[in-house]
Amino acid sequence: MDDFLVIDHVTKTFGAQRAVDDVSLAVSPGEAFSLLGPSGCGKTTLLRMIAGFERPDRGRILVAGQDITELPPEQRPVNTVFQNYALFPHLNVWENVAFGLRMGRRPREEIRSGVDRMLELVRLAEHARKRPAQLSGGQRQRVAIARALVNRPQVLLLDEPLAALDLKLRQHMLMELNTIHEQVGTTFIYVTHDQGEAMSLSNRIAVMNAGKVEQIDSPEHLYETPRSSFVATFIGDANFFTGKAVEMQHEGYVRVMIEGLGSPLVLSNGVVSSNQMLRLMVRPEKISLTLKRPLSGERVNAFPGVVEDSSYFGSHTRYRIRAGEHLITAQLQRSRFSGGEISPAHGTSVWMSFHPDEGRIVRLEDAA
Amino acid sequence: MISGSRGSKQWLLTLPSLAWLGVFFVIPSILVVLTAFRPADLHGGVGAGWTMATIHELRDPAYLPILWRTVWLSGVTTLVCLVLAVPMTFQMARVGPRMRQWLLLLVIIPFLSNFLIRIFAWKSLLHPEGPLTRLLVWLHFISEDAMLLNNVGAVLLVLIYTQLPFAILPLYAAAEKFDFALLDAARDLGAGPWRSFSKVFVPGVRRGLVSAAVMVFVCSVGQYVIPQMVGGASDEMLGNKIAQRVFSDRNLPHASALAGGLMLAVLVPMLVVSIWQRFGRKEAS
Repeated sequence: MDDFLVIDHVTKTFGAQRAVDDVSLAVSPGEAFSLLGPSGCGKTTLLRMIAGFERPDRGRILVAGQDITELPPEQRPVNTVFQNYALFPHLNVWENVAFGLRMGRRPREEIRSGVDRMLELVRLAEHARKRPAQLSGGQRQRVAIARALVNRPQVLLLDEPLAALDLKLRQHMLMELNTIHEQVGTTFIYVTHDQGEAMSLSNRIAVMNAGKVEQIDSPEHLYETPRSSFVATFIGDANFFTGKAVEMQHEGYVRVMIEGLGSPLVLSNGVVSSNQMLRLMVRPEKISLTLKRPLSGERVNAFPGVVEDSSYFGSHTRYRIRAGEHLITAQLQRSRFSGGEISPAHGTSVWMSFHPDEGRIVRLEDAA
Repeated sequence: MISGSRGSKQWLLTLPSLAWLGVFFVIPSILVVLTAFRPADLHGGVGAGWTMATIHELRDPAYLPILWRTVWLSGVTTLVCLVLAVPMTFQMARVGPRMRQWLLLLVIIPFLSNFLIRIFAWKSLLHPEGPLTRLLVWLHFISEDAMLLNNVGAVLLVLIYTQLPFAILPLYAAAEKFDFALLDAARDLGAGPWRSFSKVFVPGVRRGLVSAAVMVFVCSVGQYVIPQMVGGASDEMLGNKIAQRVFSDRNLPHASALAGGLMLAVLVPMLVVSIWQRFGRKEAS
């Protein structure tokens, strides 16, 4: 029973466009899983196929071993929290939450206790008689969650659950969603374009691009070891260098020749052979800046450059550093700049350095 | 207060329409009611002095079946028009914008030709030698001697035909504003297609339903041309009686009394419904 929700080679075409292109993935019971990607990547279409609003051209969708591909939405053990909540304006909060149970023709007593308990869970009991129009954005969202969860779905789908909220409320609802997920233990599938949201909400994330899944991994793995430059740029910022593997070393490291910069030593990830063209990725916060050249002999990659500009963000400062034709982004906490009290100003010559373990080989693609 | 001064300025905006309503609707209506209490003179005019005689004449039991026929014909017309218009506007609001404009145009096209001409068209359609009758006879749906014309069925059919656009237009305006994501939500929560429609779409357009119902009912109640042209001798509506009092009897007070009575018969239930609705809504919230 490890694979609870299974997407099995699902393809969906709209006209000439492949919205979802041969996607396969499996979600464990009780997992919080995110479909993350830019708009038009197919994540919403995939969600609508799980909910039953779209039918796949090919492939199957299974929940707890049951093939639900051909079932209409009302017969699926799946409920949805819609992007704009889609609360029924003619019903009050209580009636909205009761809707699913009423459609299921459950006994009156069960409906009453189920709805009351769910309103308690989302802390809306005192608003039960209000209409959706009288509620704040955060309250509406909690009604939408309660309305879906009261039916005890096996999978809860949440379509951009935080997109309609302002920043403060969003941070609050992030924690709230995590709490609710812990309390009910249902499998949650989030759809979002916001990497921060996906990282803090989910156990695992599927990063989607142009109808395909680029990588499925835990938030840490996606950030630390992205397999493609798309994933690397979509989750966080990244510097990319195209180069050639020139020297394989025993401990799983490879020296990469980069035109106009030098030959840094990085982890090979076991995917590299000599003379192969490859792409190297280094996160801005993994790069250190010093006024003097770091001590040689340390296994550190160091390159000279000139500060082109800097932006102060409070918790950190970002620098753009010119090295030949390369423009490299470095991100520093103020205390970590070891050149004294002052920050390097425009035109300062500095040394950039990063540890070999912080360089990542990613898939070579046409798009940078 | 800002909102207060804005409110009074908005009042000014309604002045022209209020003046229009006052001059061309309220005052004439009052004149009609007043005329009912005047004696008739022999030349078809209104005499001097006041009398209750005309009001007493209204108690003539011959009016009762006519009033009843007027109400049930209008009621059935309203019901059928709503039943046809709700699914129609549901579809109109769901199709693409191009198709939507074509459908809207189709609804409006009949208004481009004269009302009387359209009734004449129905007359020839339903005529014993007309195409519809011949077709139905040929298909063995009706017998050779069946009459489609000059009966209450023909009146009802043409009433529905005439009033249908008046149900479609307000309902379409409501359906166009309806958020169809709500139907997805209903399906998601276990409602089948029919229950999503009846439990979410229909309540969602209920304002449109009310205005469509009022529109169709009020317009049907006052009809007299349709029963006269396609109905039989025993299919008169109250409008026919009023027309008869005006044009052939030349008894304006009597016509006014009938018209006033009809006005009351329509207005009182509408007032009761709207008061009950307002009261009910307050209690619910």
